[in-house]
Amino acid sequence: MTRQSRLHIPVSSARPGERPDFSYLQVSPAGAVARPSIDAEAGSIQDLAHTLIRVLDETHHAVGPWDPALSADVLRSGLRYMLLTRLFDNRMLKSQRQGKISFYVQSTGEEAVAVAGTMALNTGDMLFPSYRQQGAFLVRGSSMVDLMCQLLSNTRDMCKGRQLPVCYFSVAGNIAAISANLATQFPQAVGWAMAAAIKSSDDVAVSWTGEGSTAEADFHQAVLFASVYRAPVILNVVNNQWAISTFQGFAGGECLSFAARGPGYGLASLRVDGNDFLAVHAATTWAAARARAGVGATLIELVTYRAGAHSTSDDPARYRPVDEHRSWPLGDPIERLKQHLMVLGEWSEDRHAKLTEELEADINAAWKEAVSYGTQSEGPRLNTDLMFDDVYKDLPPNLLLQRDQLRKMRS
Amino acid sequence: MAQMTMTQSLNSALNLCLEKDPGVVVLGEDVGFFGGVFRVTDGLQAKYGEHRVLDTPISEGGIIAAAIGMALNGLRPVVEIQFADYIYPGYDQIVSELARIRYRSGGAFNAPVTIRAPCGGGIRGGQTHSQSPEAIFAHICGIKVVMPSNPYDAKGLLIAAIEDDDPVLFLEPKRLYNGPFDGDPGKPSVAWNGHPKGEVPEGHYTVPIGSAEIVRTGAQVTIISYGTMVHVVEAAARSLNVDAEIIDVRSMVPLDVETLCASVDKTGRCLIAHEATRFGGFGAELMATIQERCFWNLEAPIERVCGWDTPYPHAFEWDYFPGKDRVVVALKTMLGLP
Repeated sequence: MTRQSRLHIPVSSARPGERPDFSYLQVSPAGAVARPSIDAEAGSIQDLAHTLIRVLDETHHAVGPWDPALSADVLRSGLRYMLLTRLFDNRMLKSQRQGKISFYVQSTGEEAVAVAGTMALNTGDMLFPSYRQQGAFLVRGSSMVDLMCQLLSNTRDMCKGRQLPVCYFSVAGNIAAISANLATQFPQAVGWAMAAAIKSSDDVAVSWTGEGSTAEADFHQAVLFASVYRAPVILNVVNNQWAISTFQGFAGGECLSFAARGPGYGLASLRVDGNDFLAVHAATTWAAARARAGVGATLIELVTYRAGAHSTSDDPARYRPVDEHRSWPLGDPIERLKQHLMVLGEWSEDRHAKLTEELEADINAAWKEAVSYGTQSEGPRLNTDLMFDDVYKDLPPNLLLQRDQLRKMRS
Repeated sequence: MAQMTMTQSLNSALNLCLEKDPGVVVLGEDVGFFGGVFRVTDGLQAKYGEHRVLDTPISEGGIIAAAIGMALNGLRPVVEIQFADYIYPGYDQIVSELARIRYRSGGAFNAPVTIRAPCGGGIRGGQTHSQSPEAIFAHICGIKVVMPSNPYDAKGLLIAAIEDDDPVLFLEPKRLYNGPFDGDPGKPSVAWNGHPKGEVPEGHYTVPIGSAEIVRTGAQVTIISYGTMVHVVEAAARSLNVDAEIIDVRSMVPLDVETLCASVDKTGRCLIAHEATRFGGFGAELMATIQERCFWNLEAPIERVCGWDTPYPHAFEWDYFPGKDRVVVALKTMLGLP
């Protein structure tokens, strides 16, 4: 018998017009996964890279060893930040469609990833988010006006008009400046964490990258360095199933989970229900305690679904069923936490509606203020001199010359 | 004043910086326990410990990224890339990240990383241990690029680079580690001992980044060069008995345009020599700048002597290397000498 070599071309489970099919997704029942002690040997907990840590069950109760037993106040705070993130995204999407901002990236459907992850950390822990963790900025206290001014590239833009919208940073909030290049900040977070250990500080570094970006060399460099030096870092892979049009199989997710890449490098690795606020919070808390105790780094795969488009430049209807997100087996993070709070008797539809209204009013007020500092089409404009600043600490002769040339042309 | 080789003066610079600033850390392949394949970090781990002088995995992208993260956390990392030829896995981290962190964050963050990388040929290293990639980095906005040609400048420039708040690529012409080299491989090796630039203060001093040095004043022609080629052009000018003004660029970015142009305005002739390939090389930038600034004082076309536009070939090293003969031919052409 002759055999011809053939390529395996990964094919997504459903294309436009087809019935969504998530039968490929391995889901563990809530509460079923054991919670090891934070100093467990990475090699002894390899199963956690394959199972799925979940806390909220089908009846919206918190169950099992990973239940972080958060107070109702903390849960309501989490709900508030997730809802704020979603409503902020909705409003900014509208602003982009109105032509007020050039570009936007939503995090719809995966709000728990950044919000629960950030809430589980200390404020001194340094964050290296990708462009879909805007929730981290809200949790860390960035003002919506500041974020909007960045989106508008206006006179109050923290990036001085140099960065694509959503590439925020926060010095006070300990959040690094988002690059928009994929996975490049993953190994930087490891370096930050190495420095924390060198300085004998208690701080942890945390980064997020998409499952698609795990294909970049930077991902492998990050997990290698994290493992070799046992750096106090948490490396999150946000598996939202889609990297623009290519499904997670194209990043190598068909055979094994993304978390399963960790054990090969000797890293503790957790696969977590990314739409379960409690599970994300608990897993991050575990990894942060492990890092702070000097045991080492953790790779966390957060299994979620990108309910929105990749960005405002993308149209997912061309490559996946338009209603696919409704069939996502892990539901919606906001709805699940809301139901949990209601089961606890700590929330109600009324309060939810009122909160929604209140947050929308805040967002609208912030937007009104932000546009008063200018938009791309009207109002005050940034001084073009700013283009030449900050390339270096001081302007070298060539930049001084070029700044003068532009000034003369503009005068 | 002590006599030092370039290896020793670089080691002295690192030693002083590690001693002075607890934020300085050194990392790279083989730099720790072993002291580096060129011995530049010899003894430093023993003195400052494994948390200050770190051996790393063979992962240039990871090394540079880790250094960026360390710098964002308040350290001043000094990275060694074992050969400049191996810097490319870290290129994206340098171009897209290191060089732009200050800019993209509106000045809120900066990453004072120094990347040391041995460069250049003349050591029978073939195409993978001989490259001079300065032009590839000089084209990047946000990173400074320097290359010393002697032990004195090496130490002063390295201290300046480490203390600089901007990232610096520090290229070390490895043919010069142990002695000056005039381009003639047939001659016995010469040591730095006895060379005026081999006299190096033991203490702290800096050579400012952004300043070229007039190595020798002259009236007939300006020869602009850097790295190993500084010694080659000196030998060539000497052998022709030409009254050449020789300038060591030292810093490609920022470039000391004033020193270069003042010289060419004076002599009216300009020869540019570098080891890197000619097409799109840093000499092209020098040539363009000088042409723009000095056109009305030029008495002859600007000439370039560079590496041929091929990879650095192992068996043809001395046919490839832009040695004295090629410099002599160019000088004769420019000066109308027989």
